[in-house]
Amino acid sequence: MTTYNKEQVAHLAAGTLDWETTFRMLSMPKDKARFSMYVEALQKTVTFPDRIVLPLGPHLYIVQSAKNKQWIVKCDCGHEFCGYKENWKMFANIYVRDTEEAMAEVYPTLMAPDTKWQVYREYYCPSCGTMHDVEAPTPWYPVIHDFEPDIETFYKEWVGLPVPERAA
Amino acid sequence: MNMLSNTETGFADLLKNGQTLSQFRAGIIERTNATGCYNGLETLELRERDPIGYEKLFSKLRGGLVHARETAKKIAASPIVEQEGELCFTLYNAVGDCVLTSTGIIIHVGTMGAAIKYMIENNWEANPGIAPGDMFTNNDCAIGNVHPCDIATIVPIFHDGRLIGWVGGVTHVIDTGAVTPGSMSTGQTSRFGDGYMITCRKTGVNDTPLRDWLHESQRSVRTPKYWILDEKTRIAGCHMIRELVEEVIAADGIEAYEKFAYEVIEEGRRGLMMRIKDMTIPGVYRKVAFVDVPYKHEDIGVSSAFAKLDSIMHSPCKMTIKENGKWRLDFEGASRWGWHTFNAHQVAFTSGIWVMMCQTLVPTQRINDGAYYATEFHLPKGSWCNPDDRRTGHAYAWHFLVSGWSALWRGLSQAYFSRGYLEEVNAGNANTSNWLQGGGINQDGEIHAVNSFEASSCGTGACAVKDGLNHAAAIWNPEGDMGDIEIWEMAEPLLYLGRNVKANSGGYGKYRGGCGFETLRMVWNSQDWTMFFMGNGYMNSDWGLMGGYPSATGYRFEAHKTGLERRIANGEAIPLGADLDPAKKIYEQSIDATSVVKRDKQCMTTEDCYDNHDLYLNYLRGGPGFGDPLDRDVASIAKDLNEKFLLPEFAAKVYGAVVSQDAKGAYTVDAAKTAARRAEFRKERIARSVPTREWMKEERARIINKHASTPVQHMFATSFALSEKFKNEFKTFWDLPADWDVLETELGVPSYGSKFRMDLSLMPDVRTIVQVEE
Repeated sequence: MTTYNKEQVAHLAAGTLDWETTFRMLSMPKDKARFSMYVEALQKTVTFPDRIVLPLGPHLYIVQSAKNKQWIVKCDCGHEFCGYKENWKMFANIYVRDTEEAMAEVYPTLMAPDTKWQVYREYYCPSCGTMHDVEAPTPWYPVIHDFEPDIETFYKEWVGLPVPERAA
Repeated sequence: MNMLSNTETGFADLLKNGQTLSQFRAGIIERTNATGCYNGLETLELRERDPIGYEKLFSKLRGGLVHARETAKKIAASPIVEQEGELCFTLYNAVGDCVLTSTGIIIHVGTMGAAIKYMIENNWEANPGIAPGDMFTNNDCAIGNVHPCDIATIVPIFHDGRLIGWVGGVTHVIDTGAVTPGSMSTGQTSRFGDGYMITCRKTGVNDTPLRDWLHESQRSVRTPKYWILDEKTRIAGCHMIRELVEEVIAADGIEAYEKFAYEVIEEGRRGLMMRIKDMTIPGVYRKVAFVDVPYKHEDIGVSSAFAKLDSIMHSPCKMTIKENGKWRLDFEGASRWGWHTFNAHQVAFTSGIWVMMCQTLVPTQRINDGAYYATEFHLPKGSWCNPDDRRTGHAYAWHFLVSGWSALWRGLSQAYFSRGYLEEVNAGNANTSNWLQGGGINQDGEIHAVNSFEASSCGTGACAVKDGLNHAAAIWNPEGDMGDIEIWEMAEPLLYLGRNVKANSGGYGKYRGGCGFETLRMVWNSQDWTMFFMGNGYMNSDWGLMGGYPSATGYRFEAHKTGLERRIANGEAIPLGADLDPAKKIYEQSIDATSVVKRDKQCMTTEDCYDNHDLYLNYLRGGPGFGDPLDRDVASIAKDLNEKFLLPEFAAKVYGAVVSQDAKGAYTVDAAKTAARRAEFRKERIARSVPTREWMKEERARIINKHASTPVQHMFATSFALSEKFKNEFKTFWDLPADWDVLETELGVPSYGSKFRMDLSLMPDVRTIVQVEE
């Protein structure tokens, strides 16, 4: 198994890792220590005091609230969406591209979907305006709850780390 | 005492153990179900006792499979096989479970295995008999093949008169004699137009193809020259591998070989579960994909009125990764099969995903049926991925397989991202289209058909640490290659007037999807030529990831009565290069004003007439993007602008870039001004958006009022009709009244197949193989 140091993993998270090391990460068996180093690197980049439990996106995390130890979904601007078991999109702002004009803002003529068939739903952080996700469903499609991680099993059984405390 | 002989009872005793192949297979399934381990192999005795010998066996067999493929490939003349590597050889044990496979289109690990299992369960050993030197041919999509153009040759392997395994070889042929030319045509609406269909037929004895087979098969397709060379390719590869197995047995003994042929499958099962635990996170992942089937359009000329409707294929994927590393792929809610050629057999789906997984979760040489045994599949009977009617067409099953699987990429990539394996993240794969196909009399004066495999090189999805690769890959072919212009010009009466990267085709994001490319082709020196388009235009099957945008959808450009013959003779301007900005219609400026041009989103058409000097734009799609586009670094934006991968208008509109151009036309992006503009951009986003729950009230009203296009309603109607569970979840989410429903009968479109269907399993004397939860 290959191993990497904290600096390399921090560069990976920042998108600044050299290609040779990135390629080695791709082609060699995975390093088990990656998760803890990755979370440690991300923790240094955020300004909130809460502990990152699981990264969900480039600016989105499940964190352990510093206030009450509850696990919540949080934007790196500090905006708190909801409890970690809920669908954060239901607590976001949404902008739906459902007209030809709205699609023309992002794609050249003829290169966007026909909005009678498909729309784009852009989910923004209500506080900082970061776009956390773009759904591309048909009209009527329910808001998709993408990911319900089994964090306890992952920490305890898969990576052998103590599960962060969680208040009910 | 008078007793009937084995010959008289029809019992061939091929295994020399008193069991039929079916009985032997039933024992393996029983032991697998009882223990959870393939064939009850809770310990890998050979591997543990002699690990070096085990690895040597692996290396000899795997190396031989790859060698056979590379050697046999040189026999083929079809560029699909010779240039794009659309062939694969696979070794099976006696019950048709895959031991090892070569490189190539490894989707056929399962498809040829399904054919072997069909022969086993339908007593082929009694009639037509299975003997040393036999050859069987299969391309039947109702028993597991992906589409009819994948022709499989299957050869049994005997040792001391005992059946010990099988070898199968598959090539993607250029034409199957379907209603319209090309290997994956659109003009037919059912199996009965899908072309020449062969059901595990004995086509050779004593290592020699039968003459009736050679005569019949060559005259059943448009391209007999390519057909026969493909046949020789498959036979040569199969016989090389059979000899390899004989050599291995001579060197290592039959006992070791047979132990290996079962243990390696159990090792494959354990390997996938281990990789899942090493790379992902347990939990539930939900993703969905769609693709458009716009068949109402006047340029869809099908023979059946009931196929003339616009519809949408729906593939919701619930991926559950369990504590023990096993995973379940559940497609409850998938839409019904349709009267087109985009349906897929359950095995095409279950076997097919490994062609994708070998590029991410299982990037090893140990691809075999072990992965299947580590996976639970739920494919609803009656859906597009598990049809319940023996009439379904499958010629272009890939139209939605590649789209449906994009959901798996996104689910796995969520896991990789959360776990920190950012290098593995892939926002998805391009909808690998357009497929340029057609036929007629070619430049050599022969009846011909074409299927341009330029689609082997589309843009890949963005990664979490870098852009996707431009015009580089196809999800269904791990060795994707766009092919050489010179070879395509020899194979097709179509000259290249341009081959360029397609601007804005990759989905935007912090890291953008790889761009596709476009080739402008001019018909040349043909007679009675036809072509058609096959791709996505009204919808996009590839979503972006974590704030990235989907890639661009497709459009078509074709031009007739162009005046190009005269223009070329006179040295006048002609269209060359890229259709850089489709709005500017640049090609139309260099053809006659009286030309007949089709420039629109109807990317699915049927066979249409083309004269020499007519034009066809083949635009290959890009991959989806990753992350918020406002996070993209300004140097990458400038680079994209200067390489014409991005139109300047969208650098500002999507990336919030403040761009300037110098006297020589070079673009630069001002970092400070861009940062300021992006801050404004984020405020504008907040201003134009509403809380999701507020928007949901409006959407709910639209649902109650049935305010949506017919194809959208039709998609939901077919999904609801197959799955009460999906319908109930939908109604619960939107808090709809108890009596709310959408039925096909209320939509005013043809609904053939909605009520009355007949599965292949209902035919007399047929035992179908079910390998999924239905």
